[in-house]
Amino acid sequence: MSVNINPTTVTAGRETAAPATMRMNVNKVNFFYGPKQTLFDITMGIGANKVTALIGPSGCGKSTLLRTFNRMHETVRGARLEGEILLDGKNILSQDVTQLRRRVGMVFQRPNPFPKSIFDNVAYGLRINGSKLPIADAVEKSLRHAALWDEVKDHLHKSAYELSGGQQQRLCIARALAVEPELLLLDEPCSALDPISTAKIEELLVQLKDLCTIAIVTHNMQQAARVSDYTAFLLMGQLVEFSPTPHMFTTPSDPRTEAYITGRFG
Amino acid sequence: MLSVTGACAAVAVSVLFFILGYLVYHGGSSVNWAFFTKLPTPVGESGGGMANAIVGTAKLLSLAVLVGVPIGFFGAIYLAEFSGNGIIAFVVRYAADLLNGVPSIVIGIFAYTMLVLPFKHFSAIAGGFALGLMMVPITLRSAEDFLRAVPRALREGAMALGASKTRTIATVIVPAAYRGIMTAILLALARVAGETAPLLFTAFSNRFWSHGWNEPIASLPVMIFTYAIAPYDDWHRQAWAAGLVLLGLILIVNIFARAILSRGGTILR
Repeated sequence: MSVNINPTTVTAGRETAAPATMRMNVNKVNFFYGPKQTLFDITMGIGANKVTALIGPSGCGKSTLLRTFNRMHETVRGARLEGEILLDGKNILSQDVTQLRRRVGMVFQRPNPFPKSIFDNVAYGLRINGSKLPIADAVEKSLRHAALWDEVKDHLHKSAYELSGGQQQRLCIARALAVEPELLLLDEPCSALDPISTAKIEELLVQLKDLCTIAIVTHNMQQAARVSDYTAFLLMGQLVEFSPTPHMFTTPSDPRTEAYITGRFG
Repeated sequence: MLSVTGACAAVAVSVLFFILGYLVYHGGSSVNWAFFTKLPTPVGESGGGMANAIVGTAKLLSLAVLVGVPIGFFGAIYLAEFSGNGIIAFVVRYAADLLNGVPSIVIGIFAYTMLVLPFKHFSAIAGGFALGLMMVPITLRSAEDFLRAVPRALREGAMALGASKTRTIATVIVPAAYRGIMTAILLALARVAGETAPLLFTAFSNRFWSHGWNEPIASLPVMIFTYAIAPYDDWHRQAWAAGLVLLGLILIVNIFARAILSRGGTILR
């Protein structure tokens, strides 16, 4: 059965989930790189203290959408956002961007620790915010939350580059958690890692829900099924379906969703 | 083909060793304690040394660093971080490359006009200024390359934590490029350490100790120039010794600079 994935046949058959409270609301977001539009009328919410996954084939706009949540798109010339993104009811586009990024943290696809010691990496966010807390305690707390403390507690002053890939990514998670963000964004955090590290991080994400809200982009559908509470399926810049994960993966409402998750394309 | 190219490579390498060997042969015996500690003796008398020229070269290079490094470093930050690829960046880079090609004696004339004529005397400041200007293009272009080589991922990581652009530059990018920038500065220093022409009419020279920064000051290259063309054998020997010491200094700085760079390794795993 061939599936029509032409964007002009967008149906209104999206089921908007209704998590109890929304940490972030995205209203009619359209995104442009110069003249080219890459996101069309996205409206969805990120539920508080839940894990929301963004899935879809390569190039569908899921990373682009994630990066608007902490305004990282502004580092690219020619990027333009229309629409509204609200964090706890306030529009993020009218807030100070450095304040916003302290409340909304991000972990990238490839681990990117700074060329500093493990301690200084985690302490970086705290130091630039002029945190009044004792830094060593805060660093230990973050490393424990990231399930890395036991592995590095005797080596805090070693360079971060001496860690393995999976450890570096957990270090980046600890670094992001150190400033106690309300929302943590993860852009395909495991795609550069081996299966064991991936499993460790997935376990971590489920535990981190209690601390903060999580939004994760993943091209790995099984991962989305394992870790997330809600899933949004994007296709060619459009939000095709957004529903609770069990529903999405067992009885998807849209035929395109079904085609994607059964592997007929993507 | 191999023998021709191999022979050319051998010639290139051997020229350095030939020069070094020549200097050691002619000047080696004159590099003694007196050379490093004594002042030049009156014309015609033998003995004496170049203590004031060695200290003078050190003072001039310190001034050069104070002039050239800030301009080169902050200019590099501007080019790497703030300017992108527009017309201003193009003009700045092109101007720096052209400045690199300006003959050193012309730089000397410029410093002479700016800092000697108005004050009516030669000075270490004028000499240091001229050398500093010569350091700018090398420092600027090399530092810019090293700053640009810092991966974008590191900048994004810092910005995602709420660091402003300035803070990202100061706390992440410059520390990451630190070794490369130090190397750029040292290589620029090695380049200007041996420059003679710009010093001829800015720092001029001095048979005695130079006090402060406003007096004419002796330097190794100018002493070599003065002694080599004089009619005294003793002076010729001292000129060889000075050449050996100067070349030794430059080689050490070069080797040290490259050692710093190679010890740093790469940023990415």
